[in-house]
Amino acid sequence: MSVRPNTRPAGQKPPFWRDRAKRALIFQLLLTAAVAAFLLYIVGNVQDNLSARGITTGFGFLSNTAGFGIVQSLIDYSSRDTYGRTFLVGLLNTLLVGGFGVLAATTIGFIVGIARLSPNWLLARLATAYIETFRNIPLLLQIFFWYFAVLRALPSARDSLSFGEVLFLNVRGLYLPEPLFESGFGLIPVTFLVAIVASVILVIWNRRRHEATGKRLPAIWISLALIFGLPLLVLLATGVPVTWDVPELRGFNFRGGFTIIPEFLALWLALSIYTAAFIAEIVRSGIQAISHGQTEAAQALSLPRNLVLRLVVIPQALRVIIPPLTSQYLNLIKNSSLATAIGYPDLVSVFAGTTLNQTGQAIEVIAMTMAVYLTISLLVSMFMNWFNARVALVER
Amino acid sequence: MLTKKHLVLLASAGVVTLAGTSTANAATLEDTVERGAVQCGVSDGLPGFSAPDGDGNWQGLDVDVCRAVAAAVLGDADAVNYISLNAVERFTALQSGEVDVLSRNTTWTTTRDTTLGLNFAGVNFYDGIGFMVSRDLGISGADELDGAAICIQTGTTTELNVADYFRANDMQFDPIVFDTSEQTVGGFQAGRCDVLTSDTSQLAALRIQLDDPEGAVILPDIISKEPLGPVVRQGDDTWFNIVKWSLFAMLNAEEYGVTSENVDDMTSSENPDIARLLGQDGNYGEGMGLEADWAYNIISQVGNYAESFERNVGMGSPLEIERGANALWNQGGFQYAPPIR
Repeated sequence: MSVRPNTRPAGQKPPFWRDRAKRALIFQLLLTAAVAAFLLYIVGNVQDNLSARGITTGFGFLSNTAGFGIVQSLIDYSSRDTYGRTFLVGLLNTLLVGGFGVLAATTIGFIVGIARLSPNWLLARLATAYIETFRNIPLLLQIFFWYFAVLRALPSARDSLSFGEVLFLNVRGLYLPEPLFESGFGLIPVTFLVAIVASVILVIWNRRRHEATGKRLPAIWISLALIFGLPLLVLLATGVPVTWDVPELRGFNFRGGFTIIPEFLALWLALSIYTAAFIAEIVRSGIQAISHGQTEAAQALSLPRNLVLRLVVIPQALRVIIPPLTSQYLNLIKNSSLATAIGYPDLVSVFAGTTLNQTGQAIEVIAMTMAVYLTISLLVSMFMNWFNARVALVER
Repeated sequence: MLTKKHLVLLASAGVVTLAGTSTANAATLEDTVERGAVQCGVSDGLPGFSAPDGDGNWQGLDVDVCRAVAAAVLGDADAVNYISLNAVERFTALQSGEVDVLSRNTTWTTTRDTTLGLNFAGVNFYDGIGFMVSRDLGISGADELDGAAICIQTGTTTELNVADYFRANDMQFDPIVFDTSEQTVGGFQAGRCDVLTSDTSQLAALRIQLDDPEGAVILPDIISKEPLGPVVRQGDDTWFNIVKWSLFAMLNAEEYGVTSENVDDMTSSENPDIARLLGQDGNYGEGMGLEADWAYNIISQVGNYAESFERNVGMGSPLEIERGANALWNQGGFQYAPPIR
């Protein structure tokens, strides 16, 4: 065994480039400096170019009057409002279709995913056909299909499909009656809140009692009855203080009531159905990832089939399901920017489309739009990570 | 996910972001001569103004401006690269240098002229916004349109002017906006909207694309001023002058009665105006860095303004638009070109 002679005199430190920690630090500093220099160069260059070309810059345009109309808005908006407000209108329209899309895609996805594992041959094959069809057709084509092939084929306003003379469907959209609340209606939301609080207390009490005595009440059903029954009782008791504003054909269009525009319907359907196909596969794989031994063990404890699913399989499957589910939610929200292809007034169509063109502030508008999608995605991601941490395996 | 439109926008923004500052004041004329072709931004297909014909050659009133510039600069009206742009892409494409002339039925407004780093080089068509409705509705005027759903192309001054008109007259409307004029026509035909609105010249062009042109009428009301003209980047005055005077040469040629057919005979004309226009007396192209025969090339290869108008949008075309406001100043219209001297 040979011993390498220590050539370095004791007490003398090695040169800094031989020290791994210092070397790492130097490289990191160099990289940071390079990135910073690149960003500085970009920003400076943009400013030089813009001023050299006589293009006005800055965010001052946000307080100018927009002067154009938007067909759907969740907040009060008229053409007298500012460009800043068009940003809000577009943002809310994006969130609306994104939110409803996530809800519908999750619901359809879970149902189809479980159906695909069903012992019922027909049901399982139907679910497979659904997944393979909608997963493999580009989303833009599906949006066009719903918008141009399905909703454009509906009759004109004068020949609307009428459902009981209160609900009308035509090429201009779905017209629903809108509830107008009279005085005395304020009691209903209050009762609703009371019922929710009572249900929460009931569920907690039921769990404690179950742990202590082994006896259980069907708490879920009682809660549902409370939450929906109590407000209904109050509603009837106060003499139904609601009138309905029923849409009516006057002049060109239906007036009154509440309108769901076909652009929203097409986008929502396409996004939900497309994303649901992916979610269904995630759910199926999540359930199949749980070893069959778990089910058998639960059955050996003589748990009924629904409790095996609810208490043993699904909590474990969720751990597998949630991370990829998050990416699907993010995809859905980002894909909603395809709205501009059919004229749904989302953020990209209203703000990065019309506002950008009317003001010419391309860099500012595109930067704001990108920042919005980044923020929404990070928030959804954060929430899902928190939820994932909650259901994650706690090792004991 | 991004559509093609946004990719083009982003790419153009990227060019603005990354390109060196040197291109800002580049000599467009030298670049064009070196390339051997004029980079011209046109519409995504508007018959009469800029649309490819059956053989794939671009034709139209706006296209003739590009051809005139190419004839003046390069002596060959066919030396043009046409770049098709939608309403949203057009200014970014010009700012970033993807095109050197934007000749795409673009309205001259203060904002566009002063804040986008662009210059309007004249007016080749005086237009105004009108409305087209289905004949069955039995509507005779724009004041009957309260509550209508209106199909509009996004990124146009139409979006603003229609909103102004309805607000000023205390009427309501639902704006249904689409990316391309083709989609707006589709929406109108499917009954998604009651009214199709655009510049009246465009309405005439879009009407003949309908399955049943007789089933639609263009209302007589004109609700705005829409002077349409070619646009160039700020900061290159030579190029600005070339585009401006190419248009003026066509107008002056009409005024002096010089056409593509008689231009060769006219070179021996005694009329001093014509002699100056055709480069027989002095060289008026010199100040723009052009040859003396710059206007001769325009007129012999493209024709004068009247020829271009009649061939593309006038009575010799399917659009059958009357000269009206676009007649010469001495014939009851607004078209007036400064003299060449």
